[in-house]
Amino acid sequence: MFDLERWQEIFDTIRKNKLRTFLTGLSVASGIFILVILLGFGQGMQNGIAQEFESDAATSVWIWTQTTQKEYKGLNPGRQIQFRNEDYTTIVDKMDLNIENKSRFYRPQNITTTYGNDALIYQVLGTTSEVQFLENESMVFGRFLNEEDENQSRKVAIISAKIKKEAFKTIDNPVGETIKISDIPFTIVGVYKDKAGDQEENRIFIPISTAQKVFNGADKLDNLVFSLPPVEDFDQAVAQSIAFKNKVETYLKQKHTIAPDDEGGVGIFNPMEEAKRYYSLTGNIKFFFWFVGVCTIIAGVVGVSNIMLIVVKERTKEIGIRKALGAKPWSIIGMIIHEAIFVTAISGFTGLIFSMGLLEIVGPNIEVDYIVNPSVDFNVALATVFLLVIAGAVAGFFPAWRAASIHTIDALRDE
Amino acid sequence: MIEIKNLHKSYKMGSNSLHVLKGINFSVEEGELVAIMGSSGSGKSTLLNILGMLDELDEGSYDLDGVPIKNLNETKAAQYRNKFLGFIFQSFNLINYKSAVENVALPLYYQKVGRKERHEKALKYLEQVGLKEWATHLPSELSGGQKQRVAIARAMAAEPKVLLADEPTGALDSKTSYEVMDLIQKINDAGNTILVVTHEPDIADMCKRIVHLKDGVIVEDKKIEQVRASQYV
Repeated sequence: MFDLERWQEIFDTIRKNKLRTFLTGLSVASGIFILVILLGFGQGMQNGIAQEFESDAATSVWIWTQTTQKEYKGLNPGRQIQFRNEDYTTIVDKMDLNIENKSRFYRPQNITTTYGNDALIYQVLGTTSEVQFLENESMVFGRFLNEEDENQSRKVAIISAKIKKEAFKTIDNPVGETIKISDIPFTIVGVYKDKAGDQEENRIFIPISTAQKVFNGADKLDNLVFSLPPVEDFDQAVAQSIAFKNKVETYLKQKHTIAPDDEGGVGIFNPMEEAKRYYSLTGNIKFFFWFVGVCTIIAGVVGVSNIMLIVVKERTKEIGIRKALGAKPWSIIGMIIHEAIFVTAISGFTGLIFSMGLLEIVGPNIEVDYIVNPSVDFNVALATVFLLVIAGAVAGFFPAWRAASIHTIDALRDE
Repeated sequence: MIEIKNLHKSYKMGSNSLHVLKGINFSVEEGELVAIMGSSGSGKSTLLNILGMLDELDEGSYDLDGVPIKNLNETKAAQYRNKFLGFIFQSFNLINYKSAVENVALPLYYQKVGRKERHEKALKYLEQVGLKEWATHLPSELSGGQKQRVAIARAMAAEPKVLLADEPTGALDSKTSYEVMDLIQKINDAGNTILVVTHEPDIADMCKRIVHLKDGVIVEDKKIEQVRASQYV
């Protein structure tokens, strides 16, 4: 390997057989290039899906009310269901469920919101402090709702960064400003920001107790939302959330006299089920990319082997001459393999550098749904390069070995 | 220099065995210029291949410069070839992507001579065959005679004990053939042992001894008055 003379001999050979070397190198480099790009986009898709589900805590279960669709126990279909505080407390306290975060919403009806003379066309929701964690809200100014707000039914409001931008243009920090909801003044105590972006920032939050008392809510609730403790294993997480969903659904349907098989009445959204679908989809896509990639590598290996075979065939006579001049068989095998390894390694790394460079430059700028920052594990890419180099060596070895063992006279006769 | 006793060689052709050499006894002294003659199929090329360690003998013995040549593996044979023998082929057998000087230097590479020294030596031998100014040319840029002279320089470069020439003039016209033979004679004059396989009587006459092969046996072995090729050049 460190025989300088050998290196010089190989460089000579390469320099004088540029086309042959170029073609060998091209097949290796393009194989690596395609594989890395494919793997990169496979990863990008998975990143994309992960990001889609990252925003709202993907493990939270949303429950809302609907009209019933089936007649049950003498009750007509088309009945509007209304949750009560009791439903919530029963689920939380009496059902022995493993809940991490929980919250509830009451949406006051027929209200108008104003700031000074401007109408604020945003949804007002009564809720609790835990929504901050359930919805992954981060604070830009001030604080989120807390338990004291709820206990004392304070007239405080949390607005979003988007509302601040649209309605409080002239004010740096809107905390302390007063907005009026149906002429009742509320003080802004915080500005939140949602990871998922603007479409999740159309809501003004006020304490649930205030909403129910001030806007004739009594003990009515519109939505219940729960999150479950995180579980390492994805399938376990899915199983846990499905079990939870079923229990809660059964309870609520019983409580509100809804047919067990009624698709109306109670609506439950379990993002884990959705996530599972997407996850298995990306899993399949990733597998597909791997499959294509491995096929590409195999094609590359076959290509390299073919070229080595032709190269050796073409050099049979030269091998004969070298042997007549005193070359030992192993020096010939060594020379050919050495050359093969050198060419595949150089071109393999070239392909690697180009593809990684492309992913590095283009990757972060790709703005397509479900593809985020396509990138590839450097070690995986490196391993494929080595695999290809070894394949090149093995592919070179057999024809070289055969060529070296051809009788010198026969090799000399080869035209 | 060369000592061959009772040499037999046969080739398997399917189920038949072709007995090519049937008991050759033959010796060559240092400084001789021997022509091996015979029609095709007489076994002259086989004899040369065995002499050149490109082929193995079946029976008998072969000593080269006092070293018994028998049961050599490829590696050992390569070593001996490199040390003892220089080859000149009918079809020149130059490596087509290497320049004249690089072709001449190749046997020295296998003798592990350094790059610089290789180059100097190769140039020296190219000068001897009168092709110094053609050193950087590829074989494709040389005429047939020039190619053969490069091949001769290459055979000389390793400073072998014996030069083996297999129909060295077979691919050349008569004028060029005589030029090449002139060169071979001059090399022989300098004391080198040379064996020339040929089927052309005029080429054989330019050697000092003619060995006639027929059907695998030596039918004639005589010393002759050498015809100098220089008179035709």
